[in-house]
Amino acid sequence: MSVKNNEINIDREIGNFHYNLTPAHDAGYGLTEETIHFICDVKNEPDWIRELRLRALEVFRSKPLPTHWATEDLRNIDFDQIRYYIAPGTDVKRSWDEVPTEVKETFERLGIPESERKFLAGVEAQFDSEAVYSNIKKAVADQGVIFMGSTEALKEHPEIFRKWFGKVIPTGDNKFSALNSAVFSGGSFIYVPPGVKVKHPLQAYFRINSENFGQFERTLIIADEGSEVMYMEGCTAPKFETSTLHSAVVELVAMPRAKIQYITVQNWSSNVFNLVTKRGLALEEAEIKWIDCNIGSRLTMKYPGVVMKGRKARGEVISIALAGDGQHQDTGAKMIHAADETTSNIVSKSISIGKGRATYRGQVTVPRHLKGCKNNTECDALLINTDSRTDTYPAIIVRGLGNAAQHEASVSQVNAEQIFYMMQRGLTEAQAMSLAVNGFVNDLVRQFPMEYSVELKRLIDLEMEGSVG
Amino acid sequence: MPTLEIKDLHASINGQPILKGVSLIIPQGEVHAIMGPNGSGKSTLAKVIAGHEDYEVTSGDVLMDGESILEMEVDERSRKGLFLAFQYPMEVPGVSIANFLRAAIQSRLPEGKELEVTEYYQQLYREMDRLGMDRSFTSRSVNEGFSGGEKKRNEILQMAMLKPRYAILDETDSGLDIDALKIVANGVNALRGPDLGILLITHYQRLLDHIVPDNVHVMANGRILRSGNKDLALELEQKGYDWILESAA
Repeated sequence: MSVKNNEINIDREIGNFHYNLTPAHDAGYGLTEETIHFICDVKNEPDWIRELRLRALEVFRSKPLPTHWATEDLRNIDFDQIRYYIAPGTDVKRSWDEVPTEVKETFERLGIPESERKFLAGVEAQFDSEAVYSNIKKAVADQGVIFMGSTEALKEHPEIFRKWFGKVIPTGDNKFSALNSAVFSGGSFIYVPPGVKVKHPLQAYFRINSENFGQFERTLIIADEGSEVMYMEGCTAPKFETSTLHSAVVELVAMPRAKIQYITVQNWSSNVFNLVTKRGLALEEAEIKWIDCNIGSRLTMKYPGVVMKGRKARGEVISIALAGDGQHQDTGAKMIHAADETTSNIVSKSISIGKGRATYRGQVTVPRHLKGCKNNTECDALLINTDSRTDTYPAIIVRGLGNAAQHEASVSQVNAEQIFYMMQRGLTEAQAMSLAVNGFVNDLVRQFPMEYSVELKRLIDLEMEGSVG
Repeated sequence: MPTLEIKDLHASINGQPILKGVSLIIPQGEVHAIMGPNGSGKSTLAKVIAGHEDYEVTSGDVLMDGESILEMEVDERSRKGLFLAFQYPMEVPGVSIANFLRAAIQSRLPEGKELEVTEYYQQLYREMDRLGMDRSFTSRSVNEGFSGGEKKRNEILQMAMLKPRYAILDETDSGLDIDALKIVANGVNALRGPDLGILLITHYQRLLDHIVPDNVHVMANGRILRSGNKDLALELEQKGYDWILESAA
């Protein structure tokens, strides 16, 4: 065990480094119309995007922080002390050898090129505001699959981009989706043609390198009729003294009978405000599944959703949240049933350690006129210490006869007798805690692709090691 | 001869004295039984030896092969070769027996050495066969949804796999029907040998029909009142505890 721990200790610091680079483009501190013009000019964007950004800025300014239901900690974000666009000023490369040395080293230390060789169908790597590397295996590209950064996609595939951009999550959805719409940069764009099933996952890695920086990537995935795709995203940032903002918008469109799986392993450092809007639109018999794992950040607010707009569409959210000391994981799911015989499933497990706080917020709506809709919601919370905290706010509105919802929730605590039992078998207290926590999330971890479940287990071990003392 | 030695042990919980001077020597190779009425402090003795944090040792000592273990953490005592079969084994949801035992065995290996997986499973299956446990057990979560008999068998399985030098079996017979009792007793008997000292804690004589002890000690009110050979257990069976309590008073 001790050897594994040593390996873990190295890994713990894996994301905590940064390079001092002089970026080619830096929008400077604060957010004004000028910031937006700066971004549009650097990116050489069409007018409709410029106008959309400017309108979004107004919406952002007009909306209050949602502190009437969310944490007051949001007030600690100083929007004037954030830099909204920083880019190295190089094109997106297709080969790691062409990526600038420091940037390449960054991703090598995070193991990205290695994973790409081993098991991925394509990789996009974003460094601060822009993608620096993007590549898709030839066999996949030959099937007509498009996978590139959204900055590139806007130029190369404007017809698909414009058709779907902002259609699942409108600018005014919430204050942070408006902010993202105003200053978005980077993120992935994926189009999978009808009937194409992408066997291996496509992966994006989002890296924050600069201090006082906000990352606002925008991802759009369209799976055409009968196609299938799995997308995974990972993220890290160095531990700066000042806070960092990450506010992404992710829109998924699953055309009839398409399947999209979207997997996130969020491991931001503890200074990051992670405020993300994610939603998918599922048409007839389509399936959208969010597998969401939140381990890092200071505050995460994220409620992946599925709008089931076609008959027999299916939505699922599987989520694991680990709230360590000083962290608040405010996560959940939204299931909007908008057609007959649609089904949704939410399974959420959270672990609160030390003074960590995990909040579950769920919203399920089934209107009266629909028939044969079903929702299942399960949320379980595990508290490690006596001052750990968990809250659950499920809002399930199911109207109409012939629709059904089922909701189960539980809160449990790792108890001292259980730890004593495991320690009596030779495990240290930290190992015993890790085992109990891994056991608690085990059924969900199994749903992750193998490479990710191993990583996840390791991250949990790490967190637990620091939690006993 | 290597021994587990309990020397004039006093222990209390929340300031309430439970053990009031217990002395016992369990040499490797021997089986000692502690019998006594409810509330005599038998289970407390087991937990104190294992290092349960709820109990405070106020005086006395516990020595394993001459070395005091009282300052050691629970897990360190375990890795030194102390095993406690629990009266009420805890559930560990989501953790399979195979993974749990693997982690426990791995914790005993020197730094840098990885458990030999094939060998491990061979041994695991052999011990499970001996205890009449189905192979499917390995993938079940530790003690979750187990019957009383399954839990006790699982304790003996862990004991067999971890190969302790001293084992304390706390009321291992409770909640077992006669068939399960025989299987568990056979499992324990198979582990008896010159390298293992066993302390059997039991309320009833019937376990001692199947695991015949070398010595029997009677405990009441936090003290050992009388020690003898296996015939003492039979005498207790016939006369009850009162005559010992009275003669001690």
